[in-house]
This record gives sequence, structure tokens and C-alpha cells, in this order.
Amino acid sequence: MNLVSVGFFLGIVGLTLVVTYIAAKRTSSASDFYTAGGGLTGWQNGFAIAGDYLSAAAFLGVSGAIALTGFDGFFFSVGYVVANLVLLYIIAEPMRNLGKYTLADMLTARFNEKRVRGVAASGTIVIVILYMIAQLVGAGALIKLLFGIEYWIAVLIVGVMMTTYVLFGGMTATSWVQIIKAGLLLFGTGLLATLVLVQFDFSLMKMFDTIAIEHGEEYLVPGMKYTSTIDSVSMMMALVLGTSGLPHILMRFFTVKDAKTARSSISWTTWITAIFFSLTIFLGLGALHLVGAESILAESKAGNTAAPLLAFYLGGDVLMSFISAVAFATILAVVSGLVLTGASAISHDIYGEIIKDGNLTEKQQVLAARIGSISIAIISIFLALFAQSLNVSFLVSFAFCIGASANLPVILYTIYWKKFNSTGVVAAISTGVLSCLIFGAMGPNIWSEVPGAAIFVGKPLVNLAVPAIITIPLGFLAGYVGSMIGARKHNTAQAEEIYKEIRVKANTGVSVQDVSH
Amino acid sequence: MSNKKKDAAKSTFDAKDYAAIEAMESFNTFVKKKNTFLFSMTGAFLLFYILLPILAFKPVLQQKVIGNITGVWIYSAALFIMTVVVCTIYVKKATKFDEQAANVIKEYQAKGGKS
Repeated sequence: MNLVSVGFFLGIVGLTLVVTYIAAKRTSSASDFYTAGGGLTGWQNGFAIAGDYLSAAAFLGVSGAIALTGFDGFFFSVGYVVANLVLLYIIAEPMRNLGKYTLADMLTARFNEKRVRGVAASGTIVIVILYMIAQLVGAGALIKLLFGIEYWIAVLIVGVMMTTYVLFGGMTATSWVQIIKAGLLLFGTGLLATLVLVQFDFSLMKMFDTIAIEHGEEYLVPGMKYTSTIDSVSMMMALVLGTSGLPHILMRFFTVKDAKTARSSISWTTWITAIFFSLTIFLGLGALHLVGAESILAESKAGNTAAPLLAFYLGGDVLMSFISAVAFATILAVVSGLVLTGASAISHDIYGEIIKDGNLTEKQQVLAARIGSISIAIISIFLALFAQSLNVSFLVSFAFCIGASANLPVILYTIYWKKFNSTGVVAAISTGVLSCLIFGAMGPNIWSEVPGAAIFVGKPLVNLAVPAIITIPLGFLAGYVGSMIGARKHNTAQAEEIYKEIRVKANTGVSVQDVSH
Repeated sequence: MSNKKKDAAKSTFDAKDYAAIEAMESFNTFVKKKNTFLFSMTGAFLLFYILLPILAFKPVLQQKVIGNITGVWIYSAALFIMTVVVCTIYVKKATKFDEQAANVIKEYQAKGGKS
């Protein structure tokens, strides 16, 4: 680690701490803590959501994947971008109109039962933990690589930082860390892409010609990583539908004041992600040509350092240090959002609403939220230290799979289907979560006949890396069947009245704040 | 912070008001029109999207189109453009939906419902 990178590194840490200090002064109520008081503007929340999308996996992972597998790596970029539309068209506005702090709040606005809240909070915790382990393990390995720090120290640094932001600054600090990072990341990738284009005389044709001639035409068509249509269709389904079911993304819609602002948030996010992910082509193919696949592989098998290596080639130590510092900020921002989301499920849903029946003073709620944040941080750090030697990046795809198979069905049914009931909620979420975990555990990420390629040696029973193509229909089916089973008990005249209320609120946005209690 | 504004404008509706609004013809026409638009658009862009991983492994998209740029890249670029266009369409359309929703509430209030 040299002086320049120490400088950038400390600059990022210092900046985020200043943000946290300012945010801490504004964080006094539970609503401040969980949703920044609902006071973010459209562009701010748009950048923050984009920040959630642009995790280290997206920035470093996608550019590395394109460098090593060509077009196959670009599938992810397309998935992330189109996912915005699902959020925009059918999720964002009703979510804002019905919810308060969490997904469970939105569901219990219609089905005020503890089991609904319990199952929704559990689903959130599972997703958060899976996502977090993948991020922390990735972060540890990456920081080790970039700054030469021991893995466990790296994980601890990230752990302490994320806990600090959330503990003191709540959602305000988390959002601003996310906004700053999204801005820096956009600037950094823009700069790298421009420098790459300079190398090809600003000609897209020349870039593709060079890749085809010097590295092989196979980089320009799919097939280097994905060979089966069904496998890639399944993964693409998880990406496009799963985003709308990720609790840390859904929670962001409660940080704005109304549906209109939720809409403009996603509109900002759409443009930011469309620009960013277009640039991944230049980062990936640029790294392939300028750094070379061998040098990338020598540093990391997954290609995670392709972008920093490209930065080193194009701008030496200074640019590489800057890009690495931005990658570090990316990791911090994403894990902070996850800590906050996990805390909302533990402290607000399970402790506050289920155990204490919602009878907590504002002060107690904030205290509970802080204790919840520390607990979720400690659990994740512990698991991340334990999982060091495992390749766990696939856990993110499991999180998307659960989002699409468990959360998306219940959100859609709750908003749009009159006959949906609490039995359906419980059935859909448990089926969605369990089927993703079970089919995932039988899949090629866990089992491989090549020793070392996966966690266990053996033949995978399910030949799908992401089982979404099976589990999404299962989740929707379970929601339907569950509702039919529970119909006699739950589909009463009173339930119908509540659905009328939900329908009016979701479609008109009247009384945004008094929905859930 | 933002509660004040909302309280003044909206939150005095109770279950009876919601039931009454939900029964209004103008409300149901509006919701039906809105949902038809949302779901047909969603169906269309999802179909266009999921064709990528299906066609990507077929010769159609593996051919070179311009120089060495193959069909999959062109199709992906089209999906990016589609995303920002479909997003813009929504934002435009949603402004109209906002007006229609406000009109439904106004109509209800004019009929003597609570404000």
C-alpha cells in the first residue's frame, strides 16, 4: 500500500464519517433511523437506489466477467438495467402508498396478523444474511488484494465502518454514503471508459475488431460461460424479477414522501444504471485487451480486479488507488444498507411489533434499532470470517432468487388480487425461501465433480446455477393454493372491506402515513 | 416533517370513505385503465427481455451485424434503449394517472364525502 492509496482510502473514510456526523444530529426518531424521515428527494433516492444496484459484485464482478467471458458477463448488465422497469411499473408506487418502514409493514397493512409479519421478516433476514456474507467475503478478499491487509482485519474494518454509519447516522447517513459512492463510481467508470476509448481512437468498431482479431471471436458471442439456454433464462429471470423483491431496495421507497417522488427516484436510477452498465462493456473489453486475461486471472480467478488493473494500466498508481478507494466505498455503502434492512426486520418487525405489540416509545424504538444493527453486524462478520475459504459470490444470486420467488409474489398478490389472504402470504414466502435454498443447495454452486470447483464434490442433482425458473412459479402457485385453503377462514366481509381500502390507497396515494401501525 | 402537509390534505378518510370511493364507477374505470396499461407494458418488455437469453444461443443473434459487432450486442443495446424509453413513457403517463386519481377524490368530495 503506497502513500497515494492511503490518501484516497483515508479521504473516503473521512468523508463518510463527516456525513455520518451530520446525519447523526438529524437522527432522533424511528422514522429518521429507518427511512431518513421520508425526506429524501427524487434524485437523492435515485442515486441511492443506483448505489444499491452497483455493489462491488456489479462494478468489479461484471467488468471482470466481461473481461474473462466476453458477452456472457454482459448478461448481468442487461438484467440489472431492465429490472428497473419492473420496479417502476408495478412495485414502487403502491409500495410507497402502503408501507411504512419495511416490507412486512406493507403486507400487514392488509393482513394484520403476527404470522404475516413474522414470515415476511424472516424472509428479509435470510436475504440480508445471504447477501451480506457474499459482500463481506468478497470485500475481505478484495481489500486484501488491493491494500495488502489480512482477510480478517479487512472484514473487521468493513464491519466496524458499516456499523458506525448505521448506528449513528441511520438511513440518512446510509443514503448519503450511497449517494456519494454512486457519484464517485459513475465518475470513475466514465473516466476509465473514456481512457479505454482513447486507446481505440474513439471507435466502437475498432474495439470490437481488435477483440475479434487479437483475442478471438468467442468473446463477442455467448457461450464462454453459459452454454445452456435454460440456465441463462433462469438466471435472467432471477435478475429482472428478484430486484423487485430485495428488501434493501424496497425499503428505499419509504425514504421519500410520496408515490410521485418514488417514481422520479426510479426514473433517476434507470438513467444512472443504463449509463453505468453500458460503460461496463468498455471496462470489460478494455481490460481484456489492455491488461490481458492471463494477468487478470493471476490476481483473481473470478476476475474481480480487472477494473483496478485496467486503471493501473491507464493511469498508473493514482488512478488505480482512486478506483480501489471507490470500490471500497461501494462495499461499505452496500453493506450499510443491508445492516439497516436487517435491523428493521429484527428490531421493528420482530421485537417492536410482534413481541411488544407495537407498544414502544420513540426512544425505545431507536434503541431497539441500534441494538438490532449491532446484532446483525456481529452475526454477519462472524459468518464472513467463517466462510473465508469458500467461494460464496453465488449467494447473491440466491438472494435474487428468493426475492423473486418469495417476496415478489406476495407483493403483487397483496396489491392486485382480491382473494389473497394471510395463509397465502405464509405459503408463498415459505415456499419461495425454502425452494430457493433447497434447489440451490442441490445445484452446481454447491456440488461439482471437479474437486475445488464447488463446496462439495459430487454430481449436482439440479443442473441450474440459479433455480429461479422452477422456484418463481412455485412461489406464485403456493400463494394461490394457500389462499384457496385459507379462503373459508380468512376471506370474510371484513377482509373485503380492507382490500377496498388498500385498493384506494394504492391507486390514489391518499393518507400515505396512516396505513400501518 | 412531511406529515403536516399530508394530514391537512388527506388522512381524514375512514373505512366508510374507502368503501364508497372503491364503489365509484370513475374509480374503477381509472384503475382498470391504469392496470391494463401497466400490465400489458410489463408483459411486453419482459417478453422482449427474456428473448435475449433464448435467442442469444441461436444463430440469429450470433451473426455479425456491423463489422465484428454481433447480434447479441445490438439486441442488448436495443434493450437498454427500450428501458429508458419505456421509463420515460411511464413518467409521462403517470402524470395523467395522478390527475385522474385526484379527480376521483375530488368527485367523491363534491358528492358530499368527507375531505
